Amino acid sequence: MAATESLETDEPEKGSKPAGRRSSTTRYVVGRVVKAFLTIYVVATAIFFLVRLLPGNPVDVYINQQIAQYGMSYQEAANAAAGLFSFDPNESKFMQYLHYLGGLVQGDLGTSLLSPGSSVTSQIGAYLPWTLFSVGIALIISFVLGIGIGMAMAYRRGGIFDHAMTLVASITHSIPNFLLAMMIIVFFGVQLEWLPIATMRGAYSPGVHPEFSLYFLSDAFYHAALPMFVYVLTSLGGWMLVMKSSTVETLGEDYVTVARARGLTDRRIQVQYVGRNAMLPLFTSFVLSLGFVVGGSILVEQVTQYQGIGFLLYEAVQRRDYPVLQGILLIVTISVVLANLVADLLYSRVDPRIRITSKEG
Amino acid sequence: MTQIVDTGTMQPAQAPAPEGQGTGAFRTFVRQLMRSKTGFLGFCVFALMVLICLIGPMFTPNDLPTNTNLIYGPASWSHPFGFDSEGRDVLIQVIDGGRAVILVGFLAALISTVIAVVFGALAAYLGGRVDSIIVTATDIVLTVPSIILLAVLAAFYRVGDSITLAVILGVLGWPGLLRAVRAQVFSLKQREYIEAARLLDLGTGRIVIREILPNMASFILMNFVIGMTNAIYAMAGLYLLGLAPMQGDNWGIMINFAWTRGAIFFDGSLGYILGPVLSICILQLSLVTMARSFEEILNPRLRHN
Repeated sequence: MAATESLETDEPEKGSKPAGRRSSTTRYVVGRVVKAFLTIYVVATAIFFLVRLLPGNPVDVYINQQIAQYGMSYQEAANAAAGLFSFDPNESKFMQYLHYLGGLVQGDLGTSLLSPGSSVTSQIGAYLPWTLFSVGIALIISFVLGIGIGMAMAYRRGGIFDHAMTLVASITHSIPNFLLAMMIIVFFGVQLEWLPIATMRGAYSPGVHPEFSLYFLSDAFYHAALPMFVYVLTSLGGWMLVMKSSTVETLGEDYVTVARARGLTDRRIQVQYVGRNAMLPLFTSFVLSLGFVVGGSILVEQVTQYQGIGFLLYEAVQRRDYPVLQGILLIVTISVVLANLVADLLYSRVDPRIRITSKEG
Repeated sequence: MTQIVDTGTMQPAQAPAPEGQGTGAFRTFVRQLMRSKTGFLGFCVFALMVLICLIGPMFTPNDLPTNTNLIYGPASWSHPFGFDSEGRDVLIQVIDGGRAVILVGFLAALISTVIAVVFGALAAYLGGRVDSIIVTATDIVLTVPSIILLAVLAAFYRVGDSITLAVILGVLGWPGLLRAVRAQVFSLKQREYIEAARLLDLGTGRIVIREILPNMASFILMNFVIGMTNAIYAMAGLYLLGLAPMQGDNWGIMINFAWTRGAIFFDGSLGYILGPVLSICILQLSLVTMARSFEEILNPRLRHN
């Protein structure tokens, strides 16, 4: 039961309540969906107040700049700001807020401050897929590898393999991913010149167009290789250690002892009894970590010059392109929230205990 | 990143045995660390780094002379890390630059641990509506990728000094810890001696502070260490992006300069980037090792047998 802690399913006493399974599932699903939308709404609202109401807000800064630099009238400058941040500074605060929310629902995140005419939505649309591509594939690779190695560690507990892997995991696990990327570039890119870091920049080579072909795919993988390698290496250790402890935990369960007593083959016990159950608690972390890796990608992408959402964020930070900044924060949050939602709903299908014990989500 | 995930999967069932109530948390911490070889090694490395960073600057020259003849000068026995883009010795900068990193990390972890312990304990102990409000708030903050939030915040409001930086890091760092604390209190509150205390009508505040928290001391210390690694990670990231206060000696500033000024492309400047990078990595490694061996102590099933 402890393992499902992070899914609002605590208070083990409730598990014994013979709740109607059907209605409790529906309640759980509805609760999760409501919670996902609540999260998105709270973040969107927080961004509005962050930009508009706190001291030093970029809207006023922008309006004053326009007046000072180009001699615009306040009205003209305010109109320009209205387009940028997708709300009109002349309206009452409450109407501004409603218009802002209304714009968001229609996918209007304002216009980039420094690339006039280019909407924030289209900019994010051009960069975000590359991050999801590199992070997603790296996450799957490290998860699968980590599960396998972690299980092997649990079965050979105390042996050389376990000790060596624990050491490796501790080291890779504690090195910040962007610092690892730096070291790889310094050693293998600049000093040894093994990695052609100059041609590996960007999401794909100049002159190549995104299309569904083997040539394009290999080019995309070539450019994503370095960030992907960094994500895999730095998150692999965590999966190994968590899977090891989860497996060790499962090995102590009564049903494993019963399975042994029944004389089932080791292989069957390892895969069907231990492996499956040990993996379940990791499933939530898997999707949660998607958020952490997407967050961490801003640093890795800056270092490896991979043109994903993190690269765009860095550019926006450097140039103080506030509309783009708030747009990225919102879009990345929404994608993480949706990923978590899908994972939780899938998880409740995979692990029947969730359905029985869930309370109001 | 994954450190945060780890605390989420900590099992509430393995509460530390209610022993050693009288001893201070720190003494218990050290005594338990001695039982694990790697944990003790991590502790020693960490203590050594703290000593060097806190005391070291007293023995280094206050003003490092810039010397144009020595720009990216080669490393030698007396200058093992070589020279930077202004011809200043890198080793001295590395020694001077740790203090801010360790202090900001410590302060940030302190703030987030206090928030996590107070609200985590309240949520688990009071339950009901208070619990669901706190948990919902935690989930919301937990879903927003914190490094992106930090970058956006720091871009909107330029961070002026290290204390502000520590406060921002601390205020955003609590959700993972809070979940761990809440889970732990949940399991502790069902113990017999807590039931007994409740029957004796000792009062909520007293039960939480006198009976529950002391038994979680080492658990909280472990999460404090994890909070420190998270804060240092975020801090180094903000420095890389140029969003943290760029004054004084600091490993983060060194990395930023070495990277943005293209120092890595000069032969003699390897030490300029590697010095601070390795320092941060070793610091993180020592912290993670300590936290891990602690997890082993708190969770006996993980121990090798």
